[in-house]
Amino acid sequence: MQVISVKCTDKETNRRKLIKQTKGNKQTKGNDILVQIGVTRMTGERKAIVEIKNVNKIYTDNHVVHDLNLVIYEGEFLTMLGPSGCGKTTILRMIGGFEEPTGGEILVEGENVEEKEPFERNVNTVFQSYALFPHLNIFNNIAYGLKMKKVPKAEIKVRVQEMLELVQLNGYDKRFPSQLSGGQKQRVAIARALINNPKVLLLDEPLGALDLKLRKEMQLELKNLQKKLGITFIYVTHDQEEALTMSDRIAIMNQGYLDQLDTPEGIYEKPKTRFVADFIGESNIFEAIIKEVIDDVARIRIEVGEALAMIDAATAYEESEMVYACVRPEKVLFSKEAVKGFHIQGVVKEQIYVGNIIKSNVILGNGQIVKISRMDMDDTPKVGEMINIYWNLDDVVIMKSRAHLIHNVIENVNLGGA
Amino acid sequence: MRKSHKFRNKTIPLLVTVSPVTIWLILLVAAPLVYVFFLSFLSTDGYNVVFQFTLKNYMDLFNPIYLEIYSNSFLLAFLTTVVCILLGYPFAYSMARAAKKKKAVMMIMLMIPFWTNSLIRLNGWKTILGKTGLLNSLLLNIGILHQPVEILYTRGAVILGMVYILFPYMVLPLFASIDKLDQSLLEASNDLGANKVKTFLHVTLPLTSPGVFSGTILVFIPALGYFFVSDIMGGAKSQLIGNLIENQFKAANNWPLGAALSMLLIVIIIIMVTIYKKCGGDMKDLGVL
Amino acid sequence: MRQRKKKTGKVFSKLYNILIYAFLYLPIAMVVLFSFNTSKRNIVFEGFTFAWYGKLFQNEALLKAYGNTLIVGVCSTIIATIVGTLASYGMSKYKFKGKGIIDILLYIPVVIPEIVLGISLLAIFNLSQIPMGILSLIIAHATFCIPFVVFTVNARFAGFDKSVEEAAMDLGAGRVKTFFTVTLPIIMPGVISGAFLSFTLSVDDIIISFFTTGPGSNTYPLKVMELTKTGITPDVYSLSTLVLIVTIALVIFSQRDTKNSKVKMK
Repeated sequence: MQVISVKCTDKETNRRKLIKQTKGNKQTKGNDILVQIGVTRMTGERKAIVEIKNVNKIYTDNHVVHDLNLVIYEGEFLTMLGPSGCGKTTILRMIGGFEEPTGGEILVEGENVEEKEPFERNVNTVFQSYALFPHLNIFNNIAYGLKMKKVPKAEIKVRVQEMLELVQLNGYDKRFPSQLSGGQKQRVAIARALINNPKVLLLDEPLGALDLKLRKEMQLELKNLQKKLGITFIYVTHDQEEALTMSDRIAIMNQGYLDQLDTPEGIYEKPKTRFVADFIGESNIFEAIIKEVIDDVARIRIEVGEALAMIDAATAYEESEMVYACVRPEKVLFSKEAVKGFHIQGVVKEQIYVGNIIKSNVILGNGQIVKISRMDMDDTPKVGEMINIYWNLDDVVIMKSRAHLIHNVIENVNLGGA
Repeated sequence: MRKSHKFRNKTIPLLVTVSPVTIWLILLVAAPLVYVFFLSFLSTDGYNVVFQFTLKNYMDLFNPIYLEIYSNSFLLAFLTTVVCILLGYPFAYSMARAAKKKKAVMMIMLMIPFWTNSLIRLNGWKTILGKTGLLNSLLLNIGILHQPVEILYTRGAVILGMVYILFPYMVLPLFASIDKLDQSLLEASNDLGANKVKTFLHVTLPLTSPGVFSGTILVFIPALGYFFVSDIMGGAKSQLIGNLIENQFKAANNWPLGAALSMLLIVIIIIMVTIYKKCGGDMKDLGVL
Repeated sequence: MRQRKKKTGKVFSKLYNILIYAFLYLPIAMVVLFSFNTSKRNIVFEGFTFAWYGKLFQNEALLKAYGNTLIVGVCSTIIATIVGTLASYGMSKYKFKGKGIIDILLYIPVVIPEIVLGISLLAIFNLSQIPMGILSLIIAHATFCIPFVVFTVNARFAGFDKSVEEAAMDLGAGRVKTFFTVTLPIIMPGVISGAFLSFTLSVDDIIISFFTTGPGSNTYPLKVMELTKTGITPDVYSLSTLVLIVTIALVIFSQRDTKNSKVKMK
């Protein structure tokens, strides 16, 4: 495991630098690199701040969270991402103390918090509906947590002022929630939570109610705030773009199962399950059968042809095993002539112009549509043209079917059976 | 360990908040009514209740004089309800359609009389309807009448009194129901070819019928049980079920019979509420005061 | 043409409302008028005088009855408000097995005729040998007021955002603290409405008081009932008029107050 700390605050540049650095090294995988922005000293070890062990949540007839194992490290921005009903909010509420796990345990700073009420835990929550107290002004809203801890009045005054500055709401202290806009309420909710210096801040889809432009601004503000304060943020959203932009790591939840826990790159470039591939970005997914494996190249057979793919030599594949092959539209290549090792032919059905990107839909012999996307200055296939489809061997991801079950079995050393 | 956790944060708060009302209701609503039920099967020796089972009280209910009283009470309650609906609906409608400020003002003006003592207000009516009262004097002066007319102590006067007292109980549920009516439904109806009358009959009325139903329950049932209105406005000759029951518990001292009469009322109410619910009535609309 | 139809419609509507208000206020006007009547028998208006307003304060029996009414009203309102608000809180917040039964029990005092409630209370007081007087009145009044408080506060809980309580707990407030610092202030308008409704119902109660009162603890409505038979003197109307003035004043005052607090509470 490598920990690399960088001073530069542009995460994207750093990311790309680091990926290039480690790509050659097969032993280092994407999710082993934690990029801590703004931290100038090297840390040898990451400290686990929240540990979720074998947690299950069952509501009468609804098994909402399945055998969850998840470790969240101090100072990281971790996002739980998934569609509605996948269990992400439930998990957040269990950490906050508003729901109790049906099985398993949750540790915060090494302590089991099962017996602890929300008001006894050192975590704070930013609620989806902001939940500002309508009968208190902004000052008293923010001061609430401190008042409960019986902090002296003078100190409260100073700290609330600091908070108001931090969230850029100076002068709003006497106003009431009903007089604020959505974005302002959002910032009050954050200030109210942060003033208590929690070790962990839980955010439940905080930007959901804001319009697009404001949301983008707030994403940036939140990320900068987190970097500045170094507090662990556990963030819940269903917006994949939001998750990819803000997070150090993303946990993808699928119907109560943790499908993949990885950095944004890892999730995008190397999705582990079909669900993840489908959910994040656009992808072309082929159902395929493994025909032959030579070293780290597999020959796969799909319904309308054949292709080649690079695989992880460590994973065992059986002959005739059913797998999924996933290729991103921007990575699909095409040519008039046949390409060695590939045999996928299709006719370009239509082209869609989306600003600076051109999307082409190619229909294969069995009716499957392959999506190709290109920047508008590049070569694009013409409508009506018959083309051969291929790709760079390491641009395709092979996923085992029923991957999520395998995934969980690996994470869950459960002697009682899955 | 999980059990004690649940106990601490669910069971105790639940008990603290809900047990006072539960105990109160059981002791002071359920138990008394159960006692009345038993009472209706007991006897009396003219002074006290004798703990001896009898069905005499229920047989006494069929006394022809009583039967006349029942039908009279029903008739009055029915007429009161009908008058309340006819008078109250247009009023409630205009209140619901009024602008916010005006709505509040109208509501307050409706309720102020309600905050004045009912008996005092009925006495006020006496000064208007009496032989030497305002109405008679007016009609005499104009020349329509040559002699003062007995307006009080008639069935009409009793109905007037009951309508007067129970008017808000009809207007409020009606108002609540009409207020909820979506204006765009009326517009759609017009758009589809229905004139005002048709729209009223086919759209407004059906959609506001819950209000009519709950208003009916809130007017009819009390009207059955009132005795002081008929006392004041109707005089000695007007006897209703309420007077009967009152009599048994005071002068006649026949509590078991009073209990049986009360059971009769209770049965009627249960039937009415069941019909109300079957017609789609919501109990929540009845707490609309 | 359509505009004219609309206008005539509006005129009719206004006229109708005025007639209704006239109907509602006419007897009250008579009461106010007759409070100035010089005639003691008070059947016909004979002359104008303020005398009865003074004589009112010498009418001990009447004032005592009104005093009883106020005491019973305040006490039963306090009981009903506390019991009712707690009940509404518990029932709105938690799901539990007996809820349906409590619901039915709550509706009984609202739906059954007051006379049935009155005699049943009389019967149970008699059985349990509770002294009939101010105490029995307070208990009886609280009984029929509690459901109204519960329903009024329930309405306030209908739109209540549960996450505000969770936020309070998240910030360190225990359950009791959360209730008093967050929940109660937010539902307070409902609690006050409920209390006000309860007081109104208690002060004007005739039938239930009729059966549950005791010797020496006459209430104002019962006293008026008594006097209706013997003849209502103008000072009774004077008291009514004064109460009416106070009521109107309170209403106007509270409207001003709600206007100010509305800015905060939204």
